[in-house]
Amino acid sequence: MPERKGHYTVALSSRPTILGYAAVVGKKEGEGPLARYFDAIYQDTTMGEKTWEKAESALQKEAFTRALDKAGFSPSQVNFLFAGDLLNQNIASTFGLRESHIPLLGQFGACSIMAQTLSMASIFVDSGAADLCSAVTSSHFCTAERQFRYPLEYGGQRPPTSTWTATASGSVVVGLGGNGVRVADVCIGRVVDLGITDMNNMGAAMAPAAADTLYNFLQDTGTKPSDYDLIVTGDLSAIGSSLMKDLMQRKGYTFGEEYNDCGLMLYDRQTQDVHAGGSGCGCSASVLCSYILQKMEKKEWNDVLFIATGALMSPTSSQQGESIPGIAHLVHLVTTAQ
Amino acid sequence: MNKKAVPKSPVIKDCILAFLVGGLLCAMGQAVTDMMTRAGAEIKDARLLGSLSLIALSIVLTGLNVYDNIAKRAGAGTLVPITGFANAIAAPAIEFKSEGYVLGLGAKMFTIAGPVLVYGITASVVYGLALQILSQF
Repeated sequence: MPERKGHYTVALSSRPTILGYAAVVGKKEGEGPLARYFDAIYQDTTMGEKTWEKAESALQKEAFTRALDKAGFSPSQVNFLFAGDLLNQNIASTFGLRESHIPLLGQFGACSIMAQTLSMASIFVDSGAADLCSAVTSSHFCTAERQFRYPLEYGGQRPPTSTWTATASGSVVVGLGGNGVRVADVCIGRVVDLGITDMNNMGAAMAPAAADTLYNFLQDTGTKPSDYDLIVTGDLSAIGSSLMKDLMQRKGYTFGEEYNDCGLMLYDRQTQDVHAGGSGCGCSASVLCSYILQKMEKKEWNDVLFIATGALMSPTSSQQGESIPGIAHLVHLVTTAQ
Repeated sequence: MNKKAVPKSPVIKDCILAFLVGGLLCAMGQAVTDMMTRAGAEIKDARLLGSLSLIALSIVLTGLNVYDNIAKRAGAGTLVPITGFANAIAAPAIEFKSEGYVLGLGAKMFTIAGPVLVYGITASVVYGLALQILSQF
C-alpha cells in the first residue's frame, strides 16, 4: 500500500516492477551517444505521416506497443493507461493511443510527464487499484517548434541558452513481481517560479523546481546525494543543471560524480548543434527507457533518483509577459524487492 | 545567479558573418541590377528586378530547406535585407499548409511578417503626413 513518508514522499511498499520498457527516437537522437540503447531509430521523422502531429502520435504508439510486447502482455491486459505530451489538449497521446481501448488518464506536467505517468502507474499498482498499468509520453522537435516558437524553415538564430526538443518517445509497463527495476518511492513536486521570463532559457526556469523536489525527498527520507548511484534530472541541460547544483549547495547538499542530466546525455553538445542540450518530454523518457533502465537491469546502478522537470508556460502566458513556472517529480528506482 | 550561468553569444563572430553574408547579398542584388541596365532596362526597373531576384532566391531556398541553415550562421546578414522578409512569409506558409489553405496557409502566412507590415505602413503614413504638413511652410 502507498504510504506517505514525511510531507511530500510516497513510499510504495510492494515496490511495483517495471516489467517492460521501450524508447524510440528520431534521426538526430539516433546520431547521439546513446544510439545503441534505443529500441528503434527513425531516419524519417515524419514517420510516413502527413503532419508532424500525426508523426508524434505514431512515435508514441510505437513506444507503447514495443514496451508492452517486451513485457509479454497484450493491450487488453492493461488496466489503466497514463499518457501525456506537449501538444495542445494532449493530442499526440489521445490520437496515438485511441485504438488501444484501455482506460486512459491524460497527464500534463510539461516535460516532467515521464516521472508523472510512471508515478501514477506505480501508485495505482501498489494500491491494488490495478494489476498492470502503462505510462507513456513523447515530444517531437517539429511539433514543439511550430507550437512554441517559429516555423521550421524560418531563418532565425537560437541563443546559446536554448535547448533542442527531442524527437522521442518512451513507455513503461508497471506491474507486480518479476525481475525488473522497481519503484520504491515517488515524490510529487510543487510549482516553483523564481521569475525567469526567457523562453529560450527553460533550464534556468526549471532548476529551482528540481532542487525543491530533490531537497524535499532527501529531507523526507533522511538521505544524502552520495547514497545514490545516479541522480538524474530530466532536461535542465547545461545552464539549468549548474544552477540546480548551486541551489542545492545553498541548502547544504553537494554532488559528486553521481549527478547527471538527460538533456546532457542524449546529445553530443560539441558536434550536434543543440546549444545547451536536449529538452522535451521525450528527452527524459527516452533516456530513462533505454540507457538508465538497461544499466539498472545489469545492476551497474542499483539506486537511482529520476527527476523529470517541466516548464509550465504556454505561448499565451509568455506573450503576456508572465514568468515561467517550473515543476519536477521524482521517482526513486531500485533493483531490490526489499 | 542566472546571469552568471548564462553563456554569452559569440558577438564578434556573429557580426563578421552577418557583415560578410549581408554584403554578399547586396552585391548580388547590385550585380543583377547592373546586368539589367546593361541589357537595356531603365535604372528604376533594373533596381526592382534586383530586389525581385533576391526575393525569389530566398523563397526557393526556404522551400528547399536550405535558407534556415544559412541564416543560422549568417544571423542579421540574412535577416535584415529583403531576403529575411521573404523567408518570414514563405516559412509559415509552408509550415501551416497542414491546417488547410484558408485557416492554415492563408491566416498564418503573416504571423512573423505581419507586425512589420502593420507598423511599417503606419510609420510611412505618419511620415508622409508630417512631410506634407511641413512642406507647407
